Amino acid sequence: MLIFEHSQPGRANTAQIPRDIDKVADIPEQFLRTTPVGLPEVSEMQTVRHFTRLSQKNFSIDTQFYPLGSCTMKYNPRGCNSLALLPGFTQRHPLTPDNLSQGFLACMFDLQEMLKDVTGMKGVSMAPMAGAQGEFAGVAMIRAYHDAKGDDARTEILVPDAAHGTNPATATMCNYKVKEIPTDDQGDVDIEALKAAVGPQTAGIMLTNPSTLGVFERRIKDIADIVHNAGGLLYYDGANLNAILGKVKPGDMGFDVIHMNLHKTFSTPHGGGGPGAGPVGVSERLLPYMPVPVVTKQDDQYRLLTEKDIPETMGRLSAFMGNAGVLLRAYIYASMLGRDGMQRVAEFATLNANYMMARLKQAGFQLAFENRRATHEFIVTLKKQSKELHVSAMDFAKRLLDYNYHAPTTYFPLLVPECFLIEPTETETKQEMDGFIDAMIKINEEAQSNSDLVTSAPHTLPVKRLDDVKAAKQLDLSWNN
Amino acid sequence: MPFIPHTEAEIKEMLETIGVSTTEDLFDEIPAALRSKGLESIPLGQSEMDVARLMHQRAAEDQRSLCFAGAGAYEHHIPAAVWELTTRGEFYSAYTPYQAEASQGTLQLLYEYQSMMTSLTGMDVSNASLYDGASSLAEAVLMAVRANRKSKSKRILTLRSVNPTYQSVASTITRHQGITLEEIDYDRASGCVDINNLPEEPGDFTALVIQQPNYFGNLENIDALTDWAHKHGALVIAVVNPTSLALLKPPGEWGEIGADIACGDGQPLGAPMSSGGPYFGIMCCRKDYVRQMPGRIIGRTTDLDGNEGFTLTLQAREQHIRRSKATSNICTNQGLLVTAATIYMSLLGPQGLYNVASASHNNTKLLIEKLSKVEGVTRMFNSSFFHEAVFKFDLPVTEVMNALSAQSIVAGVLVGDHYPELENCLMLCATETKTEKDIDTLVDNISRIASRLDATKHSTQPEMA
Repeated sequence: MLIFEHSQPGRANTAQIPRDIDKVADIPEQFLRTTPVGLPEVSEMQTVRHFTRLSQKNFSIDTQFYPLGSCTMKYNPRGCNSLALLPGFTQRHPLTPDNLSQGFLACMFDLQEMLKDVTGMKGVSMAPMAGAQGEFAGVAMIRAYHDAKGDDARTEILVPDAAHGTNPATATMCNYKVKEIPTDDQGDVDIEALKAAVGPQTAGIMLTNPSTLGVFERRIKDIADIVHNAGGLLYYDGANLNAILGKVKPGDMGFDVIHMNLHKTFSTPHGGGGPGAGPVGVSERLLPYMPVPVVTKQDDQYRLLTEKDIPETMGRLSAFMGNAGVLLRAYIYASMLGRDGMQRVAEFATLNANYMMARLKQAGFQLAFENRRATHEFIVTLKKQSKELHVSAMDFAKRLLDYNYHAPTTYFPLLVPECFLIEPTETETKQEMDGFIDAMIKINEEAQSNSDLVTSAPHTLPVKRLDDVKAAKQLDLSWNN
Repeated sequence: MPFIPHTEAEIKEMLETIGVSTTEDLFDEIPAALRSKGLESIPLGQSEMDVARLMHQRAAEDQRSLCFAGAGAYEHHIPAAVWELTTRGEFYSAYTPYQAEASQGTLQLLYEYQSMMTSLTGMDVSNASLYDGASSLAEAVLMAVRANRKSKSKRILTLRSVNPTYQSVASTITRHQGITLEEIDYDRASGCVDINNLPEEPGDFTALVIQQPNYFGNLENIDALTDWAHKHGALVIAVVNPTSLALLKPPGEWGEIGADIACGDGQPLGAPMSSGGPYFGIMCCRKDYVRQMPGRIIGRTTDLDGNEGFTLTLQAREQHIRRSKATSNICTNQGLLVTAATIYMSLLGPQGLYNVASASHNNTKLLIEKLSKVEGVTRMFNSSFFHEAVFKFDLPVTEVMNALSAQSIVAGVLVGDHYPELENCLMLCATETKTEKDIDTLVDNISRIASRLDATKHSTQPEMA
């Protein structure tokens, strides 16, 4: 039932709303609303029940193992939330003068410095509100760098074919042509193809390392040299930073600009699809172009740097200073981890992924790259099941839901047919992973003995498989239309 | 180990299963020269208790007693149930509902949100949110360029009274695609665009951006502006404050046929000010343009048994399918804030939101009346307004602000940085959270500071002569 269907005309929560209000008399009629606002009229208890019940129809990290590859669905510590919601933080107006905001700015500065160290970059700006905005900031800085040199022949961004969809979409937003670089059969970038692709038209390359194929790009130094020698810059997509946190610094790999997804690596909540935070780190040569604001410390006072301080900035990305509350949560998490904890993150994320990969291999599942180490994630391909039993990766995914496990990322990366990208993260127990593996083995048996059970799954959720074609053809996007 | 559950026995067993002797062995594909030398500047991990102590101390340091700043972020009362429910783990720790069957809670909630927003704005369709108000304007501009196929100029006209930071963000995000933003100035007396002064032959332009109420809180002549843009073949992008729409004419009803795209910041609907974010961006449009809209969109459909269900739809617009040809690079949006907003709007209902809008406006009106009586302080503009106003000070306004800061009062926002002609002006807003006593506290303080500064000015004059 929709919240609107609980509505009764005239019902109102008088404890929660302003009372005894004088009718507004000074705004002329031409500006006023004459049509009613179609919000529900429900009691507080009805509201609480409705949304509590809705919440119970969700899978989440707090209720299920959620091995969604490339999304780093690790546990979100409760302390990070409650401390970020202290009134001094939530009630701070974003335009409060710096001298009245030293507490908040101190947190921002400390986080910024930690992110600098962990990425090995010279400067960090925390302005971008999500990974995709961080990517945009990064590519716009690459453009600003070439523009400042008067080098307008660089019209192309190179993107490996395994990249996230946001990479090519971002390059387009910055008015670059996208050239795809193929991947070799071991999951590394095809170096010969890269050599053939670079030239005076190359503005840069966007890389994820470890790549979306769940393996470390071993020849990263060669790639950096090839692109740099051609006059291009290297962009690091930090989606998979969890795999190397404290182990390898992107700055040491030769990257000029990187974005981090704090909602992945630094455990801020995914919130049903955001908010995220996508800080960018830059090398020396891109410092003049960082997005504003940036926090600085001068004479023991913190302040925000603006366009006045960074006149060549690529610009501003949000009305104020990005997703500040998300940054606070990341700061609290980073403080609890410390440098010792950060290194353990990569170690145990990698241990968990390799353990799952080894066990699934033993159970007869086919790996996409069986001669490679898993990083924090790995790929299983179900092409054999699809071909021989007509049970697809999507069918396995839906059946996993019946076993109370969220499905791994399905059909991404696009290069591997019928794939599952599996990322357990460091916060999962061995018992939980064993349970998932047992479910995979069981489903594989079902696929052989009773494939209908799998292809028609899920059977135990609030709804069965949904008609996506109908959803797109007979658009029903709101209750009242 | 913080947030890592492994026991020594389990680690040993797992390593044996993998066939290596230490976790270090798992990193053997990484060239040794690249391995990190350590994280010298990062402190060692602290306990939750130690971090809590530091955070309490820092939060207390920033605690202020009164805030009259607005300019796009507004202090409203948020009912307790809003964040109690929003931070339930099932909402808080879920991700984008790719597996629809396991995400019906979030999906239905987003559908309800879309329904509420279309009603509030009077528009046909809404998406499931963008990042914030400023970036929603950027996306609206990109969308207008895609949607208005008759216009080839990629030239966007914006009123100078549109939030200057929004304009700056829109420019940052759109300029690489050959899009230009040109301003139409406002009338100095009214603080609104004078419709009698609009260019008769503006040339080809793709869209006109109108903010209502505008950055200064003034009410623009939306009907005439909308019709003027449409007459010249341009689309109309409305930037709106959702709270105001309980009282003010919704963008879908502006002029003869309504605005084409409505955007804005959803913060007033249940998101705390929290230093500027996370908030969420609103994006609604005419039905014809739905395939040009960026971001997630939820549709109602049926399952195999014919029962109602909800799913992500029109995904062919998005980056994970279309890659370099997507409508936007947006992926993650602001789901959790939309959760809060949907619960907020449900709790308030039409009457509640109307009362919030009315009380906020009435309080600001009271503030104007009282503050205008202070010598040397005058309201800058003479037009109708909604819940915000600009004041000119005959005294150095930064000194007034500093003196108020010492009283733990955030007085308002200086507008001179963006508008040189409004130097020494302060913009203030008093929402429903302020009592008459709060307003008196502010006005009395300003009055006292003003007379002190005035006295200093007079006493120093002979010396300066």
